[in-house]
Amino acid sequence: MTKHAARNAAKNLPDDAIRCDACPVLCYIKPGRTGSCDRYGNHEGKLVRLDPHVVLDRALERGESVVPFLERTRDWDGTLLSHGETFVTAIGAGTTYPDYKPAPFIISSQVDGVDMVTVVTEGIFSYCGVKVKIDTDRHLGAECSTVRAKGEAVGHVTTSEYGSQMLSVGGVRHLTGGSRHEGTATCDTLLDLCNGKPVELKIDDGAKVVVEAGKPPLVDGAQEERMRVGCGSATIGMFAKQWFGKVDEVVVVDDHITGVLSEHQAGKLLGVTETGIKLKGRRSTPGRYFQVAEPGTSWGGTNIDDPLTILGKFNSKKAWPGLRLLMVSTTGEQHAYFELDENLKPQEKELPASLCESVARIRENCEPALCTVLFMGGAGGSLRAGVTENPVKLTHSVRDALTRVTCGGAPVYVWPGGGITFMADVTRMPHNAFGYVPTPALVAPIEFTLKLADYAALGGYVENVRSLSSIADEQERTRRLSARPDNPWPLASQHDSAKKGKKR
Amino acid sequence: MNARAQIRWLHDGRRLHLQDGPIDLIVEAFGAAGEVEEAYRVACERFTTVLDELCGELVFLRTALQSVDRADDPLPRGAVVRRMTSAAQPYAAQHFITPMAAVAGAVADEILATMVATAKLSRAYVNDGGDIALHLRAGEKFVVGMVERPDRPSLFGTAVLDWSQPVRGIATSGWRGRSFSLGIADAVTVLANSAAAADAAATIIANAVDLPGHSAIVRVPARELAPDSDLGDLPVTQAVGELTRTEINHALANGTATAASLLGRGLIHAAALRLQGETRVVGVVPQFADVEDSIRERSQVHA
Repeated sequence: MTKHAARNAAKNLPDDAIRCDACPVLCYIKPGRTGSCDRYGNHEGKLVRLDPHVVLDRALERGESVVPFLERTRDWDGTLLSHGETFVTAIGAGTTYPDYKPAPFIISSQVDGVDMVTVVTEGIFSYCGVKVKIDTDRHLGAECSTVRAKGEAVGHVTTSEYGSQMLSVGGVRHLTGGSRHEGTATCDTLLDLCNGKPVELKIDDGAKVVVEAGKPPLVDGAQEERMRVGCGSATIGMFAKQWFGKVDEVVVVDDHITGVLSEHQAGKLLGVTETGIKLKGRRSTPGRYFQVAEPGTSWGGTNIDDPLTILGKFNSKKAWPGLRLLMVSTTGEQHAYFELDENLKPQEKELPASLCESVARIRENCEPALCTVLFMGGAGGSLRAGVTENPVKLTHSVRDALTRVTCGGAPVYVWPGGGITFMADVTRMPHNAFGYVPTPALVAPIEFTLKLADYAALGGYVENVRSLSSIADEQERTRRLSARPDNPWPLASQHDSAKKGKKR
Repeated sequence: MNARAQIRWLHDGRRLHLQDGPIDLIVEAFGAAGEVEEAYRVACERFTTVLDELCGELVFLRTALQSVDRADDPLPRGAVVRRMTSAAQPYAAQHFITPMAAVAGAVADEILATMVATAKLSRAYVNDGGDIALHLRAGEKFVVGMVERPDRPSLFGTAVLDWSQPVRGIATSGWRGRSFSLGIADAVTVLANSAAAADAAATIIANAVDLPGHSAIVRVPARELAPDSDLGDLPVTQAVGELTRTEINHALANGTATAASLLGRGLIHAAALRLQGETRVVGVVPQFADVEDSIRERSQVHA
């Protein structure tokens, strides 16, 4: 929340509370709290005026505006300017019930001499959810396992991707197909995930994970630091040269593909001698093993804490006393160094200085582990009808790249095929861009930007187009944010943004 | 006239927004143009002194009412203060209550009364942060919506208020709202003769929707949050964890028992109690419609 320092006259009192003198109530406000008006607060001992009382405005607006709004649905006369703004929210749009009415804001602005139109609405999405990518090697749960929030089923585990586990949360079945509790829990979970708040998810027969968009995941209470540098086999390939000569054998432990230096193509190429090592699990190709252990939250996403448990006996014909063995996980987070004794049994020793660097390098090459949340929703029949009298033309216009779709100003990927089903990164949207209705369904901002002439051609509500300056008159009700430099400017021509995209 | 009070039109040019300190009103009057104009004029005039009047008697307003007036207690002077006191008084024998429990409703009633006394209006409302005073001439009605969480406003029910019924005040209380609550209701919406009466009753019923001693409920002494709160050291609800169906039923039953008793005493006409997705209605909410059920039908076609 943007705050700006208010008057200096507020007096500090012993316990860091302040006496607000903005009005005769003279509230005594503790740090982190607001006064009885919710407009002035104590921010680190200073009296601050909170930015346009967003929450209050929404509450007030909703509380009273339903009176005229519900009265009018019966005799809606199709015009926007006189009645259509009833549901304007702090985010700046609002929505219309039912959706065949024109969208709350249809704004025109001049871009390079061409009249551009942005149709702004908050869509009510029953068909929506999020795809969550969690950068971790740890096993979160089996594919298709149910993901729960507050005990209710809200999604499922989907595929594992490179260094990540993917979850699908939400979707119409959880939102409206189950019990009311399931729907509410799903809606709350989606809302929090989309608004960038942390959410605790429990996977059936799996881990408990705290997910927050743009932050590292917390798996069973432990914060994930790094995303793996590669699979076990890839790690062997990347670091074989740095290990050669300093150690006789390296095992990179990985729940998916464990790599073994002496057997791996990279080792062979360097002329690494056979070591007689024996791995458990299923050999895929030379130096690459599947299923060396059970999935888990320890070494390389397996369930093992002692790496030696994945090794069989060394072959006495090939191994030798004093053989140097490094075992390391795909993030370098776990590592152990052994030498074989007279009986060819590995004995743990301190990691030699010459190997410290390579283990550190694995860590350095790992990117920070993050949770990323993509909102996915479908703008189907009636939302499109808020934009044009002929909804399918909007779909065609999006297909033909005449109309750009953005979600709270953030770029979206529109799926090929029918409808307007899109995905957008929630961290690229303004704070608290999402809302909900008790249906339950999510309310997400969606904007369609196109040339005025194209808008008229697709049957748009041209008579309802307002100038940007008329919106500016409502400053009290408008939150102004500066554009994010990493988002293409929604009104830029497609050509411009393509160029910008390349530069990045 | 004070310099703080902000008086302006909402963007639609029909509704008046009056704000002074914690008082935030939205006013709309319906009738002949001249009458509406006059109503707004007197509303503004009356509004500018309300906060100062209240603050002048703040110590009294923050003190728990006794069941019987003591002779040495000063009589409240201001009209709004008197409205607050008489709305809260019926509860003083059995509950902890201060006149502050009815402040929002009383301000709404006072402004509405001023308008109606001066101008001929067909309908009018004064909405003080969700606590609403209504005026209805013969043949008129209002449709009102109910919201459970002010931080995530969306309707859970609607009601139609008709002139022929005695309801002229609506108020909502709950732990998520601006004021502290001793209970765990997300929202208790009350229909009563006046906004002040509804406001005090909603506070009492919302306090009663509770599961005393439940471990999932976080309570903090009001004074720790707001040192000058009228609730003093009483524990106010700050968080409510997920409750089981049985617990929700139990908490709501506690609230409906209190609501039924108020209904029996003629203090309210109806109440809708809301907790974690469940709604209970006591009395008759005229043409109550559960929005979730009606939206559910339509939701499949929204997006």
